[in-house]
Amino acid sequence: MKHTTPLPDHRPARDRNGAATAAPPPARTTARRRPASPQWAAWAFLAPVTLYLVLFYAYPLYRNLDLSLRNYTVRSFVQGNAPFTGLTNYRTVFDDPTFAPALLHTAVFTAVCLVFQYAIGLALAVFFHQNFRLSATLRALFLVPWLLPLIVSASTWSWMLNSDSGIVNAVLSGLGLGPVNWLTSPSWSLASVIIANIWIGVPFNLVVLYSGLQSIPAGLYEAAALDGAGAWRRFWSITFPLLRPVSAITLLLGLVYTLKVFDIVWIMTKGGPADSSTTFATWSYQLGFGNLLPAFGPGAAVGNLLVVAALAFGLVYVRVQRKQALS
Amino acid sequence: MNTSARRRLTAAVLTVLAVSSGATACSSGSGSSSAKDADSKTYTIWDPYPQFDKTSAWAKLLDGCGTKAGVKIKRTPFDTSDLTNKALLAAQQDNSADVLIVDNPVVSTLAEAGVLTSTDDNKLDVSKVSPNLLAAGQSGGKTYGTPIGANTLALYYNKAVLKKAGVDIASVRDWTSLTAALEKVKKAGKKGITFSAIGTEEGSFQFLPWFWGSGAKLTQLDSSEGVSALSLWKNWLDKGYAPNSVINNTQTTSWQEFASGDYAFAENGTWQLANAEKAGFEYGVIPVPGASGGEAAAPTGGEFVTIPVQSDTGRYATSQKLVSCLTSSQNLLATDTTLSYVAPTTEVQDEQVAANAELKPWVAAVKAAKGRTSDDLGTKYPKISEQMWKAVQSALSGSASPKDALGSAQSAVK
Repeated sequence: MKHTTPLPDHRPARDRNGAATAAPPPARTTARRRPASPQWAAWAFLAPVTLYLVLFYAYPLYRNLDLSLRNYTVRSFVQGNAPFTGLTNYRTVFDDPTFAPALLHTAVFTAVCLVFQYAIGLALAVFFHQNFRLSATLRALFLVPWLLPLIVSASTWSWMLNSDSGIVNAVLSGLGLGPVNWLTSPSWSLASVIIANIWIGVPFNLVVLYSGLQSIPAGLYEAAALDGAGAWRRFWSITFPLLRPVSAITLLLGLVYTLKVFDIVWIMTKGGPADSSTTFATWSYQLGFGNLLPAFGPGAAVGNLLVVAALAFGLVYVRVQRKQALS
Repeated sequence: MNTSARRRLTAAVLTVLAVSSGATACSSGSGSSSAKDADSKTYTIWDPYPQFDKTSAWAKLLDGCGTKAGVKIKRTPFDTSDLTNKALLAAQQDNSADVLIVDNPVVSTLAEAGVLTSTDDNKLDVSKVSPNLLAAGQSGGKTYGTPIGANTLALYYNKAVLKKAGVDIASVRDWTSLTAALEKVKKAGKKGITFSAIGTEEGSFQFLPWFWGSGAKLTQLDSSEGVSALSLWKNWLDKGYAPNSVINNTQTTSWQEFASGDYAFAENGTWQLANAEKAGFEYGVIPVPGASGGEAAAPTGGEFVTIPVQSDTGRYATSQKLVSCLTSSQNLLATDTTLSYVAPTTEVQDEQVAANAELKPWVAAVKAAKGRTSDDLGTKYPKISEQMWKAVQSALSGSASPKDALGSAQSAVK
């Protein structure tokens, strides 16, 4: 109520509106002005975030879409007069012999990585939930893969998996097994990048699931133990069902992250040999930047397919979240 | 009162917005002008030599040439693989550097994009440059720049390993004798040969001496000669003369394998000479042999100095002075010595050999070398090259036979 005191002094200067709030008579002006000014304020507040979204999200997406719908050559890229060709780039991509393998590899890569990352992450989370001595230290150590720059971990993996001088093959031959051409054989290259990516993704699952475990009341476990439920039974009847919301989020976030994994594959195998570990992400890069003569159109088309896939799963995520908020 | 408070707030927000947008308008204005170099006395040079910092001889040379031409130099080094796209983007924004130094197979792509001026416009004198090197920068009868230096591939060999295996290097004259030497090396318990067959341009670069050495032509990948070249590599891998890791080797990792001292041969470039001195064993260099003897043509590496198109054509005269200074005989000698390159003119090549006799096989190799985009392949080369490295990868990894791999490569090029 501090404002009321100075107001009368100003009143003569600001005649109409000040009066309008005090007295109803000139109702028409108020009715018009009132909604207008809060709306202005609302827009003004929205402006920075809208501007940000438009500049850094909407415009690049629009440009990418535009790139994928035009026939860009290096010449037309520079001069900016690429002819509009509709869906030709998408047709080129669909007809490309790389399309089917890339789709398969992307699906396999994503599915296998998710399953293993989640299973290992959950097992470790339950393990560390016991709170034994040094558990905090050990848990911190498990975060290392997450903290390392991807280029470091991917290069290290590719050295370890080197056919001739890698440590993995050295261990295998020590065990009396033949060497495996991890990165250079078409039947192993996809498996190798999957292994590396699982290793990188486990900490994320561990952290999120571990925090989920904290929210399950300890009393439930005690009661179940009193009723004679074993550890296995307690896991399946208490931990797993109560962790479901957290699991759903972890899996969906993991899915979106895994779909777009690029660095690891590119550093370890470049999508090869003979496209045997090409995913949509590496294929898009290969088309747009991996050649002396870039094919921007098809590259952008593949990128858009990835965006659509991620968007579809993003919508699933939003729905799940809404459901959880309601329940 | 409620409204007035809101109104005040609105006004405040609007003021803030107005001020900030005014500020951004200002800053974006000044930003764009500085990017375009309002100062006409500053000339920009982009090069792919990030290894040279401000205190390097190369940077000083650029500054020196700038001073001579009466302008200031602003140099930006890029990673080679980044430079093509950066140059294209800059051209799209009409913001190209005044002088651009790029890898030679990129020149025809940039020329096709209309980014580069030809010697007709920029009046560069390229008469002294060896024609086989200049060819990489020529397309459609025009020349788009001048080489700053050249490098190429040859076979390094480890004298101790060959001695142990009882191989006389003079006996290695064609593919049969080379394979026989590799067999002896393997029997002696050492490793044969290492090269790079990675799925990038590097892989094609390393395969080309064998491909051309068989007599094959880039316009016909699946000719019987081409298949014989790929079969040679495939056979080496199958027999264990070459390690399986070549499929993923860059030229640097391949060199590291050779530097371990276990390998008899390594296919690598002029730029490794300095490292070879440090390797700690005696080495020699022979040209890559052709299928039935003689020297195979190796592809030329090395950069071209070019002058990109500017909206202000008045800048070409000074740019031309800068490039002439950079590629004058005296400066070429200094630059090519630091880069470990072979000079592009006979005159400077002779000086190089006089100063360092070890360069002799390299000068010979460069004279026999061939540009990847030569034979007027121009922008067709990148497509052919991509299919070629894919075929090499398919064949070596065993997912297709050399014949099938090259066959599908050829049909994909069309």
